[in-house]
Amino acid sequence: MEKSIKRYFPVFLLPTFLAFIIGFIVPFLMGLYLSLCSFRTVTDAKFIGLGNFVEAFQDPEFIHAFFFTAGFTIVTVVLINVLAFAVAMILTKEIPGTNIFRTVFFMPNLIGGIVLGYIWQLIFNGILARYDLALKISAKYGFWGLVILVCWQQIGYMMIIYIAGLQAIPGDLNEAASIDGANGWQCLWNVTIPNMMPSITICTFLTMTNGFKLFDQNLSLTAGEPMKQTEMLALNIFNTFYSRVGWQGVGQAKAVVFFVLVVGLGILQLQMTRSKEVQQ
Amino acid sequence: MTKRKKGLAATVIFTLVSILYVSPLFIVLMNSFKKKAFINLEPFKLPSEKTFIGPENYVNAVEKYGFLQAVLWTVVITVGSVLVILLCTSMFAWYITRVKSTTTKFLYLLCVFSMVVPFQMVMFTLSLVTDRLRLNTPWGLVIIYLGFGAGLAVFMFCGFVKSIPIEIEEAAMIDGCSPLRTFFSVVLPIMKPTYISVGILETMWIWNDFLLPYLTLDLNKYSTISIVIQRMQGSYGRVDMGAIMAALVLAIIPIVVFYLSCQKYIIKGVAAGAVKG
Repeated sequence: MEKSIKRYFPVFLLPTFLAFIIGFIVPFLMGLYLSLCSFRTVTDAKFIGLGNFVEAFQDPEFIHAFFFTAGFTIVTVVLINVLAFAVAMILTKEIPGTNIFRTVFFMPNLIGGIVLGYIWQLIFNGILARYDLALKISAKYGFWGLVILVCWQQIGYMMIIYIAGLQAIPGDLNEAASIDGANGWQCLWNVTIPNMMPSITICTFLTMTNGFKLFDQNLSLTAGEPMKQTEMLALNIFNTFYSRVGWQGVGQAKAVVFFVLVVGLGILQLQMTRSKEVQQ
Repeated sequence: MTKRKKGLAATVIFTLVSILYVSPLFIVLMNSFKKKAFINLEPFKLPSEKTFIGPENYVNAVEKYGFLQAVLWTVVITVGSVLVILLCTSMFAWYITRVKSTTTKFLYLLCVFSMVVPFQMVMFTLSLVTDRLRLNTPWGLVIIYLGFGAGLAVFMFCGFVKSIPIEIEEAAMIDGCSPLRTFFSVVLPIMKPTYISVGILETMWIWNDFLLPYLTLDLNKYSTISIVIQRMQGSYGRVDMGAIMAALVLAIIPIVVFYLSCQKYIIKGVAAGAVKG
């Protein structure tokens, strides 16, 4: 069978493979190479070694963006996962109307980041205006504004994953524990959560990478204002490429650092939570 | 408290939270019918006789900012890309799962790898490549989305193909089906649920995507919903809040309709896509 399938490889493989080369492999390799070059257009690229990386790390805006992003990611991973888990726990009990609640909580997730940013800009500015303040005057407002926006967007998505996880736990496990005398908290800590580790792994992974890669919402809600104080890594890289002339090489170096960071953190996180998973 | 009472209390609390949860959308809807000067002044008040403006904001969004064309291009790009992705990546996934060699194993790993690479890593060089190859049209974008979106789709299809008993396909081929016919009349129907899941995940991504079309499309000729909204806010000096509110409403309506009509599949698709970890 394999042999006869093999003869058809141009039909099965080529379209996706060619698109993959154009859309991913070539840009990726070019990006790696250009991060080591000084250039304005690609034709005048000159190899300069690690100079771009040195400049990237000496750029205070980039460092600031890193800490802002890291802080934001920690806060949102904790908030989103705790809230989504709690909501999922409640909505899997038999409560009248759970289906409607699930529908409502999931909905913001389908709206695009740019649209979300402008919706919340209106609301935050409306609230802050009562105190003669505005969203873009302080990084504090921008930070918490982004946190609220992202929680609103992602809690529903994570809730769906947690609900699927909760429904896969056999009911007799908790029953057996409570017959043995475990109270509600003990059941949660010793039965439900260990059995939920696969879902927790996925959700923390998703919220963490989403936090690090956040771009659209950042651009539309604050655009980095005031004075680039709320600029996150992805937006900082974008601005380095497109609003600073002659900085493309540094921008590409930052992008490589960003890529290593996202992949590294992802692997680290997966290993940490995977080790806590139990077999049923 | 009895169990029933507890359930009722939870329902009441969650009803209130749900109302709070959807209120941002209603506030935007409400403001889209106000005169632009009043939107920032009193965003939480219902339109009164003084502030009500009728459908004028919508007319502005459509006429001045070319919103309808943007919707049209967004539909073309999304539908085109999703159909192409579904067809091409499912064939690709079937081939690399059924033909076992070092090459196919390598291709699979490459796809998984591409899923974790952030877009910022390739955005600058990708826009250079698309300009050079003249792929800066909605049709070219379909190819880019096939390349950049292949990772997740191939991964999900491979997972499903592995669970199909190979005997079914062998039987078809012994009966004289070519690999193509085996794929289209045996494998494809079995994979229908995965097509729906992948289709929904890719639709959600492409419909809302901002940066990729912004960097690759020829913006003098084409735009998408996200691009138009972003452009209304920037560069033109005075911001027309009225038109923005109308555009936001017009952008949200198709999503809500899509969601409410295929909610069951969307939630299944999300749960299925999550297992990828």
